Amino acid sequence: MTQPLTLFDKIWDSHVVRQDPDGTCLLYIDRHMVHEVTSAQAFDGLRLAGRKARRPEAALLVADHNVPTTDRDKPIADDDSRIQVETLEKNAADFGLTYFPLLDTRQGIVHIIGPEQGFTQPGMTIVCGDSHTATHGAFGALAFGVGTSEVEHVLATQTLIQKPAKNMRITVTGSPHNGVGAKDIILAIIGRIGAAGGTGHVIEYAGEAIDELSMEGRMTVCNMTIEAGARAGLVAPDETTFAYIKGRPMAPGADQWDAAVAHWKSLPSDPGATYHSEITLSAADIEPLVTWGTSPEDVLPVTGEVPDPAKARSEAKRRSMERSLEYMGLEAGTKLAGIPIQTAFIGSCTNGRIEDLRAAAAIAKGRKVAHGIRALVVPGSGLVKKQAEDEGLDAVFTEAGFEWREAGCSMCLAMNPDKLAPGERGASTSNRNFEGRQGPGGRTHLMSPAMVAAAAIRGHITDVRDFD
Amino acid sequence: MEKFTTLTGIAAPLPMINVDTDKIIPAVWLKTIKRTGLGPALFEAIRYRADGSEDPDFVLNKEPYRQAEILVTGENFGCGSSREHAVWALCGFGIRCVIAPDFADIFYSNAFKNGMLPVKLPQVDVDKLMEDAQNGENARLSVDLERQVVVRPDGEEIAFELDSFRKKCLLNGLDDIALTLNHSAEIDEFEGRQKKATPWLYG
Ligand code: SF4
Repeated sequence: MTQPLTLFDKIWDSHVVRQDPDGTCLLYIDRHMVHEVTSAQAFDGLRLAGRKARRPEAALLVADHNVPTTDRDKPIADDDSRIQVETLEKNAADFGLTYFPLLDTRQGIVHIIGPEQGFTQPGMTIVCGDSHTATHGAFGALAFGVGTSEVEHVLATQTLIQKPAKNMRITVTGSPHNGVGAKDIILAIIGRIGAAGGTGHVIEYAGEAIDELSMEGRMTVCNMTIEAGARAGLVAPDETTFAYIKGRPMAPGADQWDAAVAHWKSLPSDPGATYHSEITLSAADIEPLVTWGTSPEDVLPVTGEVPDPAKARSEAKRRSMERSLEYMGLEAGTKLAGIPIQTAFIGSCTNGRIEDLRAAAAIAKGRKVAHGIRALVVPGSGLVKKQAEDEGLDAVFTEAGFEWREAGCSMCLAMNPDKLAPGERGASTSNRNFEGRQGPGGRTHLMSPAMVAAAAIRGHITDVRDFD
Repeated sequence: MEKFTTLTGIAAPLPMINVDTDKIIPAVWLKTIKRTGLGPALFEAIRYRADGSEDPDFVLNKEPYRQAEILVTGENFGCGSSREHAVWALCGFGIRCVIAPDFADIFYSNAFKNGMLPVKLPQVDVDKLMEDAQNGENARLSVDLERQVVVRPDGEEIAFELDSFRKKCLLNGLDDIALTLNHSAEIDEFEGRQKKATPWLYG
């Protein structure tokens, strides 16, 4: 009898081109997404060495990080940003790669448009010069972020030099309570295992709570896998996955569909497959969560209080907590609910999909953003924006006092004009609360889209379960 | 790629955990389309004050650490974004070796591609080296890649582990794209097999 394999093992094994005696593998890469920030030096490297893109049709290029979310018809005002976007355009043309221009409705955040186009499929290996490539694991694809040198390696060879990761399975049993969603599930996991808890591992998410999630929710969970230190997250493909992919522009066509689905159905982990580590959480124990510090592991239920560094697990953690609290302008013992915010940001590759906008709109509907609060909604792609407008969500947001923007990364990392000012406090649906991430000196509290909308309405961090 | 064989130099202490790549190099510097010139922006937010002047309390603004070639730091160094700019900025400053209890996976891999050696050691050993690094004029360490040891100022040697393939590439300054292109025929064969088994991947 053959040994039971995990989903990760199956994808890995089917992509090994060659293996050296020391275990180093040459791994074939099926799909490569490329954005403007981490690719220019890679294309330069190819030019210098006189190399071509080995398989141009396997790449998809889009500009998302630098792009302004207003006045798209005008040239990008910031010179460096404009040059970077133009460089990507030129590289796409020079190397014969598919590129979605800024004014194309298909433009958007790289991790949103891949799935949206059907470019992302189960069983694939997918890379991008971006750590949140983990998002695509929601489809049962082995997807991970790489550096610029590896972007160049993939362009030139369609492979990477890799060693297999360890397998970790995280099972979330049962169903979450009302007001608790995918974002809370992944924040709870990061809080549990820590920001380095997944280092060296690929995490497979399992259990009823994961099975019950939509593809959007699974993408939110896999997206923040990197915040737990793991390179990739995986969810076994199932009927939810197949239904999402079917009919998308780059999905397998009708003539190939049945064969593809049959293959995808062989991917889930075999019964009895073993993992290097296993963790179980109960969905019913998860509350709406909020980060209080400057690492995504600094997370607590909204009903909680800013923790006391004196009770830290180690000396190093105590020092880091003290520094975080100073940076965040918070004192131990302060109740999280009630901390005033100045800015609310709904968007990013974590929570910029249609379901996220619906969840936020459900809270915003018929209410008003609190006086003096800047509230932004930035759809993850032009197509998400269009769908939201077809559903009337843009009107819900603008009537409530939110700004309705064009697609891009925006205030997730503040490379475009959307930034927090020094000392400004924001409620954000993005994925990183690092110092300066949303603007130098900016203070970020990560939470779900519904929680950010609720914070915008009240003007302070608040429990979304108090809204009917 | 630049070779790495041995390195003896000033080691700077950075006793922080979870140093993320946004902290190593803020996003605004990612607008460059070059690999060079990022040294002055290394650790920008904690190295400079709001008016742009150096913060005299930050380690790399003090002597002898301005000449640091080694950095000793806490767990999960390089977490967060995949930006290779973090490695370019460290190299731009002159740091060729980072010693920590563990590293984020992508940073770790990026380092090797740029002739930088990340050394993983147990916390107790990092604590010793941190003490050495904090010892001003005497904050010199030697790193010998061939022998896989870090040598303390008192001569004590601490051995570290390293993947043999990565070691070979670093010692010889190998271009791994060229290495892989030697296997082009195997990649062709793989694609041929895959196209038969899963044709929808080929459009
Ligand atoms: S939305 Fe944020 S995390 Fe996602 S790709 Fe853009 S910058 Fe990175």
